[in-house]
Amino acid sequence: MANFYRDNSDIGFMLKTLDLSRVVELKEDGFAERDEFPYAPRDVDDAVDSYDRVLEIVGEIAGGFVAPRAREVDETGATFAAGEVTYPEGIRAAVERLNQADLAGFTLPRKYGGINMPTTVFSAAIEIISRADASLMLVFGLQGLGETISKFGTEDQKRRHLPRFARGEVVGSMALTEPDSGSDLQSVMMRAAQDGNGVWRLNGVKRFITNGCGRISLVMARSEDGSSGGRGLSLFIYERDEHMKIRRIEHKLGITGSPTCELQFNDAPAELLGRRKFGLVKYTIYLMNGARLAVAAQAVGIAEAAYREAYAYAGDRVQFKKPVREFTVIGEMLTDMRVAIEAGRALVYETSRIVDIKEGLEDRVERHPELARDLKDECKRYERLASLFTPITKCYATEMANKVCYDAIQVHGGVGFTREFNVERHYRDARITNIYEGTTQLQVVAALGGIIGGVVSERLGEYEEEYDLTSLGALLARVQGFRTRLEAAVSHLKETGDAAYQEYHATRLVNLAADVINSYLLCILARSSARKRAVAELYTAKAAGRIDAALAAIRSDDRSFFTCSGRVLDTDEEVN
Amino acid sequence: MGLRMIVTVKQVPDTHNVTGEAMKEDGTVNRAALPAIFNPEDLNALEAALALKESVGGTVTCISMGPPQATAVLKECLYRGADDVMLVSDRRFAGADTLATSYALACAIRTVGNYDLIFCGRQAIDGDTAQVGPQIAEKLEINQLTGVAKVRHADDESITVERTVEDGIEVVRSRYPVLVTVTGSANEPRTASAKLVMTYKNIGKQACEGAYEEAWLEPGVCSAVSHIREWNVESIGADPAACGLSGSPTKVKKIQSVVLTAGESQQVPNTDAGIAGLMRELVEENIVG
Repeated sequence: MANFYRDNSDIGFMLKTLDLSRVVELKEDGFAERDEFPYAPRDVDDAVDSYDRVLEIVGEIAGGFVAPRAREVDETGATFAAGEVTYPEGIRAAVERLNQADLAGFTLPRKYGGINMPTTVFSAAIEIISRADASLMLVFGLQGLGETISKFGTEDQKRRHLPRFARGEVVGSMALTEPDSGSDLQSVMMRAAQDGNGVWRLNGVKRFITNGCGRISLVMARSEDGSSGGRGLSLFIYERDEHMKIRRIEHKLGITGSPTCELQFNDAPAELLGRRKFGLVKYTIYLMNGARLAVAAQAVGIAEAAYREAYAYAGDRVQFKKPVREFTVIGEMLTDMRVAIEAGRALVYETSRIVDIKEGLEDRVERHPELARDLKDECKRYERLASLFTPITKCYATEMANKVCYDAIQVHGGVGFTREFNVERHYRDARITNIYEGTTQLQVVAALGGIIGGVVSERLGEYEEEYDLTSLGALLARVQGFRTRLEAAVSHLKETGDAAYQEYHATRLVNLAADVINSYLLCILARSSARKRAVAELYTAKAAGRIDAALAAIRSDDRSFFTCSGRVLDTDEEVN
Repeated sequence: MGLRMIVTVKQVPDTHNVTGEAMKEDGTVNRAALPAIFNPEDLNALEAALALKESVGGTVTCISMGPPQATAVLKECLYRGADDVMLVSDRRFAGADTLATSYALACAIRTVGNYDLIFCGRQAIDGDTAQVGPQIAEKLEINQLTGVAKVRHADDESITVERTVEDGIEVVRSRYPVLVTVTGSANEPRTASAKLVMTYKNIGKQACEGAYEEAWLEPGVCSAVSHIREWNVESIGADPAACGLSGSPTKVKKIQSVVLTAGESQQVPNTDAGIAGLMRELVEENIVG
């Protein structure tokens, strides 16, 4: 039976090559839990061995149980009747399997029934699950809800809710989006007010809510009467009762197995999570950053699935008396796909590791306040890195997945356009990844400040200090050249001091930064594998042209967009 | 109180995944060429027991007879939720045929004692005899339900199952104690549990003497919580003469690799006359009668 972890040696390679010792040490805090929980690790090696074994279980369920049901899940889709949502049987059964294997509390602390896995391992698990069925990830990958309660809730809230999340008894949703508030969450209208007994009551409509039919929702609502911005919003834990009606579910292009609900709250009782007014600015940002990284991992998984279909088909399909894979034009596509996926995986894991270290440092400060002063700078540094690497990663991985799926259909030719083959499903599923949890355009704008502020460049310097890359010779010189060009692009944009011009080049700059980061990450991996060195050679060979083009565009100071686009888009003007 | 269930499990060479020459020149099995796996239908037997543990309540004890490496399948049992496991291992068990195997397993099951249900896989993929389960039941002088394709119902007193028979299914109910052999279609075995894998991955085995105490779930005693119990001929009160090669009347004279090859093929037209002609030919050659 296929095991989607064991049959993908790149994931195992990444986990072995990435130095997870810091992550483990922070996550396990002196391995203090080993006496309390028989499944807690004794040391770093024991923990890393456990990560491997847990992913083996995930891989077995994904390959042996989930993947064979994915087509039927897609065809049936989630359905809605008489006010209630029904998940496809394949999703229901798969969730039961995951729960039975103790995977529902993947990242939750052991004391609430979780298995305390770091984000890096969770990202790998999400990728593995998504390769089998992207829509299942919307249940499995939404464990961030529990994490958010774990991080910001009171001890009482954690005790009441988290064990149920860990047992898989409750599936949850994050209810943020409204009909008129998508990317602009500051404009959320849902009202929250306390009744005579001091109980918060929610009123309003939420839209596009994945798993909105689940037991528990984290609902963002306006708790400060008369306020209009993000500071008037708080986050609430709502447990489903008769005060919330599901109005409809969306009919979507992809991830049909996952219900996307429209919810009507009528005086629905809810409890405040954390402090008032911090709903958007702190908790939702945390929740969404986790979800963005999860979506990036999901995208890598979908791309992996599509690539494998394309590679296999191109080997079987014979035209002009040879497998089409042997034609250079197709071989190049397959090579580009695989290289892009491996770059995306390296980026997702690196960002996950950054997030793990950031979270670990924050936990440590909370547990040992006397260390706060010593860890302050490091905490800040990792917070800055996490908040920049997350949007860059989502941006790269999800756009990459779309391109890979597009090409995977192309490699199939006509049959790829039919429902007989799986690639069309992957193509449809990939399409949401660069939209939900913040569109690519939103990620680009979010990343702009950090890149212009020099955070990427600083990180690249750290890589050069931390890892001895000298053995890479010309390859190292090439990526150092990339870094110089990134810095040139940044300083040029800074010099202009023109915010509109900077925003105009934001997409180019973020893509450029992603290319440079990926090049470095692949170089770091290339030190321990000749194959990875080949991947790095291929990636950087293509990146060079893209980087040059981006830098040239940024340096051009061309302002035709600002002078001409208004006229072009204005359809009232006659074309002569 | 719940049900006391025993599951017999076996480590077998993966006959579906042969990586080299399966047979040595002397005609014995080349185990090095065959990865060792959990016998597939034994996983179905374990799943049946674990499902009853969840629905009716009770405990699951797994027993395997085999070399020290067979602890791997017993660990897999712990990873899936077995409460206790034991390895019946002794050089004197080596070379056992189904009779000697069922004798040793029956002795081990008696040593555990006090059972309601024994689950076995219908057969092991290395021998395909389907004899060990029924022989255990005979030796223990208890009921047996063989070739069970589905467990319909179980409670504190009895179990109702479906058996696949030639022209349909047979629904049978038995009081406890009873031995049930399970087929691959009975259920879809669960995967390991993450917590249990992390708990038991480093567990070792230890020779165990003395009676099988009730306190086997307590840490510190001879139990799965601390290690895998290992039993020898004496621990299960077996007669050495009835064990292993000396207890095995089956003698293998020769092992031959038979490769079935397609001979001449014949096209039969899809008409009444064509089918009648084929039937006549089959009757004449005594293939059907």
